[in-house]
Amino acid sequence: MRLFVNYTLVGVTQGLVYAAVALALVLAWRSTRILNFAQGAMAMITTYIAATLLEHSVGYWEAFIAAIAAGLVIGAVTERLVIRPVEARNPLNAVIVAIGVLIFLEALAAAIWGSVERGFPAPFSLVGYRVGGHGIELAPFDVFVIVAVLVMMALLLALFRFTALGLRMRASAFSPEVAGMLGVRVKRLLTLGWALAAAAGALAGLFVAPSVFLYPQNMDSVLIFGFTAAIIGGLESPLGALAGGLVSGLAWSYVGGYIGPSFQASGAVALLVVVLMVRPSGLFSSPQARRV
Amino acid sequence: MAGVVAEPDPGATAPAAEAEPTAAPPGRSGPAWLRRLRLPTQPFFRHGLLAVLGGVACYLLSVQVSSFANFNIAEVAAYTVVIAGLALLVGGTGQISLGHAALMAVGAYAYADLESHNKHLPLAVGLLLATALTAAAGGIVGAAAARLRGPYLAGVTLALGLAVPQLADHYFSSDQGIPISFTPPSTVEANHWLAWICLLSALIVLFLLANLRTSRWARAFSAVRDDEIAASLAGISVARTQILGFVISAACAGLGGALLALCNLGATSGAFPISLSILLIAGVVIGGTGTLVGAVWGGILVVYGPIWLDDAVGSTTSSLGVNLPSIVFGALIVLVVIFVPNGIQGALNRLGLRVRRAARW
Repeated sequence: MRLFVNYTLVGVTQGLVYAAVALALVLAWRSTRILNFAQGAMAMITTYIAATLLEHSVGYWEAFIAAIAAGLVIGAVTERLVIRPVEARNPLNAVIVAIGVLIFLEALAAAIWGSVERGFPAPFSLVGYRVGGHGIELAPFDVFVIVAVLVMMALLLALFRFTALGLRMRASAFSPEVAGMLGVRVKRLLTLGWALAAAAGALAGLFVAPSVFLYPQNMDSVLIFGFTAAIIGGLESPLGALAGGLVSGLAWSYVGGYIGPSFQASGAVALLVVVLMVRPSGLFSSPQARRV
Repeated sequence: MAGVVAEPDPGATAPAAEAEPTAAPPGRSGPAWLRRLRLPTQPFFRHGLLAVLGGVACYLLSVQVSSFANFNIAEVAAYTVVIAGLALLVGGTGQISLGHAALMAVGAYAYADLESHNKHLPLAVGLLLATALTAAAGGIVGAAAARLRGPYLAGVTLALGLAVPQLADHYFSSDQGIPISFTPPSTVEANHWLAWICLLSALIVLFLLANLRTSRWARAFSAVRDDEIAASLAGISVARTQILGFVISAACAGLGGALLALCNLGATSGAFPISLSILLIAGVVIGGTGTLVGAVWGGILVVYGPIWLDDAVGSTTSSLGVNLPSIVFGALIVLVVIFVPNGIQGALNRLGLRVRRAARW
């Protein structure tokens, strides 16, 4: 029983990190219908920026804000420079462009910061709380991760639901032509969508680094589980990303704990296949009308 | 659509004149001097002739160059096989697989396992068995894939690409993998022998795929890719066609993986990481999706791209020098896709067309 509780706690924390990655993918997908394979690499770069600031004795929270801001900039610049020329073309070409960006950024990080693993600090203790004399797998840092991701979700939902800007973003994702005719500057909002996505990814990067260290490829497998989460959630809704993140985080933790870490990726495959067999476009997808 | 060229000679006279993009039936296309040669008009014999010519050209190239270059040629041939199969999936049935390195790993481990348990197994039989086994695995993946579209299929295959190397590490000894003993005939140098095996396999695969491209199956593939509903109204089983595409593609990946295991003298999970799957897709798109020659370009890119860039801009003295080749490689991929969206072969076809138009004036 204690094992089960601990696996569940680990799964929930990990699930919320995956949810942040999934949210980044969902935001980019909503605005441009492109799967951003470079999302993990972008988050890695922003985490390195934070690490560099920390080395120059900047405070953790200043570095935290700087990483999120760097995410906004990297997302916007990437969309504007390399994604926009391929947006209207074959979706496969956009995938390849994102892969090129991934290779570019990982090599760039290795050139600037070296490829040696380095530690990254957490603002709160990583030692678990004690309940009834037993340590549990929930540390103050985990609580911070959970709260931070939930707050970010809430802010984004509020942005989409209650502001004029959010309405314009939803409109340009739903129907770019009509939104454009009604005076929405669609292209600019696509850039904003990518900027927000990369900021969400930057948050995930800051949360991943304390536990898996920081090196140029440290986000690769996190990105794959983030993908699993986004796809289970249906790629469209931020809430789906949250649900998908929780499901894949729990699956990751239970499979790793009860069966073995070698089977974690297979667990993700099995989960994806089972969910997609029942709902071929994810849990939170709205039914799509197909023109015959 | 022409492009029925089975010209597998890496790097030699590339934009073969047969690749004229007209609607003429295969065999009747090409410039007048070629038609005057009275080449066989049936695709089967035509592809056979091209394969034999390509084989002669490859042999001549192989004996000219050094032993190390032959090793690279063997790798190019192995990757060409994989990329040709992946291009059939991407360009043919319109499905995407981001886990093809996992299927290569299945082929590699299958061959290595067979070889290590049965030392007297003939090479060809081992390769065929590995191919068949991977094709079966591809059938299982394909059955699941037939229900999925676009990003959903990409996600499942990506996760599969992560899962298979993990499982391989779990069930086979993780660090060394399975070693293969490889004994060439005493009269032939090892790397030459390796190159010939891989080139012969690649020629056979390209010959078979070229014939597939002119068959009714290829028409079913395009029908399913362009409009699934129209295809099923025309009596084509969409799911069965997509599964068939996956099986053929997996067979190619399995053979390519087994050949690479031969090159590396063993099957290790580290040789088939997720980044390889991604590089393969880049090879398909940059080579040119619609043609078989594009697969050869893709194979050259995957093998020689890093080597050439290393020679051009790399150095071991600084952290920048070590990583500069990859930085340039990533930037080149982005630039090629933005400025040459139809890939190398697409650009060459267009160039050839323009030259011929100019010559006609």
